[in-house]
Amino acid sequence: MAKITFDGIEVEVPDGTTILNAARKIGGKVVPPAMCYYTPLKGSGGKCRVCLVKVTQGSAKDPRPMPKLVASCVTPVQDGMVVENTLSPQVLEARKGVVEMLLINHPLDCPVCDQAGECDLQNLSYEHGTSGTRYEEERRTFDRQDIGPLIQLHMNRCILCYRCVYTADQITDKRVHGVLGRGDAAEIGTYIENVIDNDFSGNVIDVCPVGALTDKTFRFKNRVWFTKPVDAHRDCPKCSGKVVLWNRGSDVLRVTARKNEYGEVVEFICNECRFEKKEMSDWTIEGPRHIARASVISANHYELPVVNPQIIADLPESTTKELHLIPRPI
Amino acid sequence: MQLTNRKKVLEQKPMTVAEKMYLPAIFNGLSITMRHFFKKKPTIQYPEQTREFGKEFRGLHVLRRDEQGRERCTACGLCAVACPAEAITMVAGERKKGEEHLYREEKYAVSYEINMLRCIFCGLCEEACPKEAVFLQNDKTVPPRFERDEFIYGKDRLVEPLNQANSKDNIKYRY
Repeated sequence: MAKITFDGIEVEVPDGTTILNAARKIGGKVVPPAMCYYTPLKGSGGKCRVCLVKVTQGSAKDPRPMPKLVASCVTPVQDGMVVENTLSPQVLEARKGVVEMLLINHPLDCPVCDQAGECDLQNLSYEHGTSGTRYEEERRTFDRQDIGPLIQLHMNRCILCYRCVYTADQITDKRVHGVLGRGDAAEIGTYIENVIDNDFSGNVIDVCPVGALTDKTFRFKNRVWFTKPVDAHRDCPKCSGKVVLWNRGSDVLRVTARKNEYGEVVEFICNECRFEKKEMSDWTIEGPRHIARASVISANHYELPVVNPQIIADLPESTTKELHLIPRPI
Repeated sequence: MQLTNRKKVLEQKPMTVAEKMYLPAIFNGLSITMRHFFKKKPTIQYPEQTREFGKEFRGLHVLRRDEQGRERCTACGLCAVACPAEAITMVAGERKKGEEHLYREEKYAVSYEINMLRCIFCGLCEEACPKEAVFLQNDKTVPPRFERDEFIYGKDRLVEPLNQANSKDNIKYRY
């Protein structure tokens, strides 16, 4: 076990844990953002540099600070390490620069993009970026590409986080897409536009932090914040079948996997669940999904207050008679 | 119990003879009335006459076109989510090949409806619009109608006519 101090908060984690995961153990506002690191995917991380933190004390044995900011998602902790994230103005300044670099070639077509409203890059630039741009050169542009009949690739919006490549590598058994070219010319491509017809290929949509890979069946159907997320499940022979349905009225517009608070998929789902089961009768509804108040998706969604069972026992009967109508937290 | 010293006792004296005749009071009142005959009248004869709208007046919405006459709206839904009265609904569609002269972006609003009975003319939609498409005009109001359906304005009544697109004098926008 290693004991580290993160933003003045002490936390004890097993050896070999990364700084990012130690911060996530604390939770809350001190957690550095991550655009490329993805817990379920081995080898991810270290590419986007938004999780940079300052190590002011390397370890108990060697208390010298690390010379440069380190990427917290790939740096393991050492006993006695002291890390600064939100406390260090240097980190915040560096992150601002990283966001600016990520946005250099981003088209900022959020009004058109289907990911707007649940986009990690949008949130990141809102929280850490600047409101203006200093970039005057022409942005790199690519043509829209179809990856199979169900997935749309907008290379313009890609930030080259490699998450989809790792997903295709690890979750699906045969990888047919990767990164072509180098440096500025790098792009996500399928060799000779090979169709991804793997059962789990749809998960690249969920892992994409931006709107580069989107669901073609949901394309321009509706804005994310007008749809209502509902937890549901079904018996699926291929996957866990636990999903989120995004409804408009009683129509299922989109099916996605469930994500945790860091936007990471809890259980990957298969293409049949994602693309083909678009009827309410296909699913067993569990209840509305809780959306963070800060998210635009919660706009105009009215949640009933969470019932505290301890208090209910003491309430007179007249106040509890309609309680069964209120959805309970799962 | 007396709480403050501000209490005033009104004394009602018996009226004098002149007061009992009421005539001075009547003439006094009539003179005030007569004086108003010659003053400037603040009343305007609506609907024949209308007041001039202020520069900041927020009236009937318009969906603007750009310099080339293409619709600016991309159906991003920000106006609808900003709308406190939930008066705006829209359906988005994908621009096909050959429609580039009609719509500015690859996505456009197939239908865009504002329920003018719900609308409170707060102007938040105008503020939210990232494409400078929706504006509230300062010289037009929603005309009164008899049927409720007629207050649901579709794209046919909201999008600015093509010939007006280039002459900005026709519609006065607030910037």
